[in-house]
Amino acid sequence: MSIIRLENVTHNYGDGTPLCVSAIKDINIEIESGELVGIIGHTGSGKSTLIQHLNGLLSPTKGRVFIEGEDIWQNKKNIKNVRFKVGLCFQYPEYQLFEETVFKDIAFGPKNMNLSEDEIKLRVLEAADFVGLSRDLLEKSPFDLSGGEKRRAAIAGVMAMKPKILVLDEPTAGLDPRGKESILNMILRYKKATGATVLLVTHNMEDVARIATKILVMNRAQVLMYDTVKNVFAHSEELEKIGLAVPQITRICRELKKRGLALDESIYTVDEACAALLPLLQKGVR
Amino acid sequence: MEKIIEYKDVTFRYEGEDEAHILPLTINGVTLNLEKGSFVAVLGRNGSGKSTLAKLTNAIHLPESGQVLVEGLDTRDEKNTDLIRRKVGMVFQNPDNQIVATIVEDDVAFGPENLGIEPKEIRRRVDDALKAVGMYDFRLAEPHKLSGGQKQRVAIAGILAMQTDSIVLDEPTAMLDPIGRREVLSTVLRLNRERGITVLMITHFMEEAAQAERVIVLDKGKVFLDGSPRDVFTQSEALKRCGLDVPQATGLAKALADSGIKIKTDVLNEEECIDAILTAYKE
Repeated sequence: MSIIRLENVTHNYGDGTPLCVSAIKDINIEIESGELVGIIGHTGSGKSTLIQHLNGLLSPTKGRVFIEGEDIWQNKKNIKNVRFKVGLCFQYPEYQLFEETVFKDIAFGPKNMNLSEDEIKLRVLEAADFVGLSRDLLEKSPFDLSGGEKRRAAIAGVMAMKPKILVLDEPTAGLDPRGKESILNMILRYKKATGATVLLVTHNMEDVARIATKILVMNRAQVLMYDTVKNVFAHSEELEKIGLAVPQITRICRELKKRGLALDESIYTVDEACAALLPLLQKGVR
Repeated sequence: MEKIIEYKDVTFRYEGEDEAHILPLTINGVTLNLEKGSFVAVLGRNGSGKSTLAKLTNAIHLPESGQVLVEGLDTRDEKNTDLIRRKVGMVFQNPDNQIVATIVEDDVAFGPENLGIEPKEIRRRVDDALKAVGMYDFRLAEPHKLSGGQKQRVAIAGILAMQTDSIVLDEPTAMLDPIGRREVLSTVLRLNRERGITVLMITHFMEEAAQAERVIVLDKGKVFLDGSPRDVFTQSEALKRCGLDVPQATGLAKALADSGIKIKTDVLNEEECIDAILTAYKE
């Protein structure tokens, strides 16, 4: 069964005014449990509006949103539970830290779930482990942490609610390569430990190429593609036409293919490209 | 070549919460000369001191020891601060934090107005600056309706209108999508080439740094590597050691060479990588 299903979802901003625009329009999509979906699309394509429908921060102007088979707006009083089930972590989440200590900040979500003190503590420690924050940092003020640590503390706050669906908006923005790597690894760690479905909004195609199982491409308020990473990158020229940057390595392989080398269209990592080129070049030497 | 910004054995540290908490040096003995009209990219992992280095150029931060000289003016001398800020303009990461007016052209005029320039001249400068960044058609637009890349170009126009000799950009593309990144980078490159404006750009994107004339890599507050992009990016082991990568094009050529293929490895961009592979293929 699909864990997320959107049925003809449209969201209009400024509905009923002359300024009405559809940020997303007639979206039909089903996401299977356990996928790691990279959501890409250029600014204004509807990515943020889309993800805010998944935990009921926005309600559709038209259409229905199903999480685990249930229409989340069937019973409006229930929407709070949907927010525990679908954890949403916004861009630059470190700006949303507010508590006196890191521990209290991470505990904020579980506390709202009315869990026991013991359970809350357990959840906080577990989440801190997921993101690799050492115990001695938990009693510090979040404002004394480094930028990278703040980001991890903020993401831990969402993970502590143990959402079945974890949605992250640009979690690696502004980080150096090693910082990116560690954020991606902690997402994978969380997914492996909990079996959660993960949605990752990003401009960074290299991130998507590395960890996603599927890619959802948004363009002009609609879903342009939803397919495996390989199949999506095989349309690299189309992606570039709608203003997305495919990995440099994909562009290199595409050009080499045009110039006569027998290469696959859908190469997207340096290792793959190297493996594909080696037999060709070794043959060339002979 | 004429020196425009000089760092002479500079150290800097941020203040701890009280006297018992003395933080380590963020900049730990940096000596650098930036040449007039050059395009310099600064790389380094988070916490390496990149942004601090940028903020030392126009007296937002002052060195604990050593000197920063802007066109010969010492940043530590308070009398120089205003003058230095007319010589070095800064663009920050977040486009939403640096726009002050409700109409694009008013925002660009904000700097020159504060310099007390006469209205006619301001008009001329604002038009010229907006044309230079390709935003003239948006001069009457409301900034909040612009894309991130457009906002950053308006911020750059605001600096052009002050006619500073140098622009320091602190990760100007970090929050932008690929289109916005391209817009901003090509604007900065053009201003450097056509107007001779000295550019110091902090970035995390190796592909952007590869287009500079000179790349400086900071690590733990010190200059770790300093040279042409070709010099720097061929040292992939050293880069990895300080948490950085090489552009994918360079990485591919290197990976092929490591597997025993005879191939040129000092490639910086797609075209050079493609040429190198085709050459290796034909041989």
